[in-house]
Amino acid sequence: MSADPPPITWAGCLIGMRLTLPVLPGITAFSMAFGALAMQKGLSLGDTMLMSGLVFAGAAQMVAMEIWHEPLTLPVVVAICGVCGAINLRLVLMGAALRPWFGSSSARTVYPSLGLMTDANWVIALRYHAEGGNDRGIFLGSGLLLWVVWTAATVPAHLFGALLRDPRAIALDLVMPIFFVAMLVPMWKGLRQAVPWLVSGLVATATSQLLPGYWFILTGAIAGSFAGALMPPADPAARIIGPAGHGAEPCPGDEPGNLGDEPGRRGDQPGNPGDRPGNPGDQPGKGA
Amino acid sequence: MEDGYTPLVAIAGMALVTLLLRTGGYLIMGRIPLTGRVRRGLEALPGAIIIATILPVALRGGIVAIVGLSVAAVAMAVIRKDLVAVLLGVGAAALLRSYGF
Repeated sequence: MSADPPPITWAGCLIGMRLTLPVLPGITAFSMAFGALAMQKGLSLGDTMLMSGLVFAGAAQMVAMEIWHEPLTLPVVVAICGVCGAINLRLVLMGAALRPWFGSSSARTVYPSLGLMTDANWVIALRYHAEGGNDRGIFLGSGLLLWVVWTAATVPAHLFGALLRDPRAIALDLVMPIFFVAMLVPMWKGLRQAVPWLVSGLVATATSQLLPGYWFILTGAIAGSFAGALMPPADPAARIIGPAGHGAEPCPGDEPGNLGDEPGRRGDQPGNPGDRPGNPGDQPGKGA
Repeated sequence: MEDGYTPLVAIAGMALVTLLLRTGGYLIMGRIPLTGRVRRGLEALPGAIIIATILPVALRGGIVAIVGLSVAAVAMAVIRKDLVAVLLGVGAAALLRSYGF
């Protein structure tokens, strides 16, 4: 790719960490709930930290604990990994959504940061990008802070037992959805988004009525993405995400103020001449 | 532990599966030409993922989830402060739960 790759700076990492602060109390408490559950299931402190550090996916770890039981026979291990994969399938779509922004960067810097991708830093980074920012440090810094807090917070819970007997009582199960809503509100740029959002919402709702588990995230998101793909190319001011790797973006590394500012410049993308209808590649996430 | 695997095997399996998923979507999209249509699909994806995540949660979670999400959305639209919106949303949901909803 020829466009200048988006920068990744320390200043961006620090901004990413700062933007993560609103979810940290919730993440900490959720991690402690996981630590307490893991202790009840007989995991050692080392194993618990290892799981949090290596898997780093809250909902998947919680559900894995539900089906975790000794002895860990092959079917149990397969079931645990399968459930973990099913809940985390959305990560495939989330990674795909980062391609237009990260695509011109070197794989050497992108893939390690993808290892830290989770709901919170993904949505934080995309909101920042939607508002004109281009520094990939936001994604990395936020991911690093979340990883440290998530892994560390399992320790006190494991050592001191069930500090949080019922995470639902303080609505911890709703922290991520609520944070998602808070991030979604500023992403609204106009009616053009209404179609994919509506399609996504309808399909997800229908799926959640028909299928158990978390399949609704996949079906809804894929349907919404298709709706977006099928829409005619229209005025670029209504895009959620700016065009990838446009070197014209000023480096936002030392400019924390662009969240909450004007939606800002991303109008430099003329219509897409290379638009081929019926391209078989129209299926982001079909690899799921 | 009788004849089961050690927890390390399950943890390694979970970690590997999750790592493949984290990198897989990005990897696949690198093999697909970013035509205008694909790009529009990818640009619609973040909002679609968020909507698909929260709407069924709201409907399954009943009045508690709906109130929590609505409070957060309104707070965010009015004051534009993430932390305040999250605290108000979670606070409202926790309050309702404490009253037995």
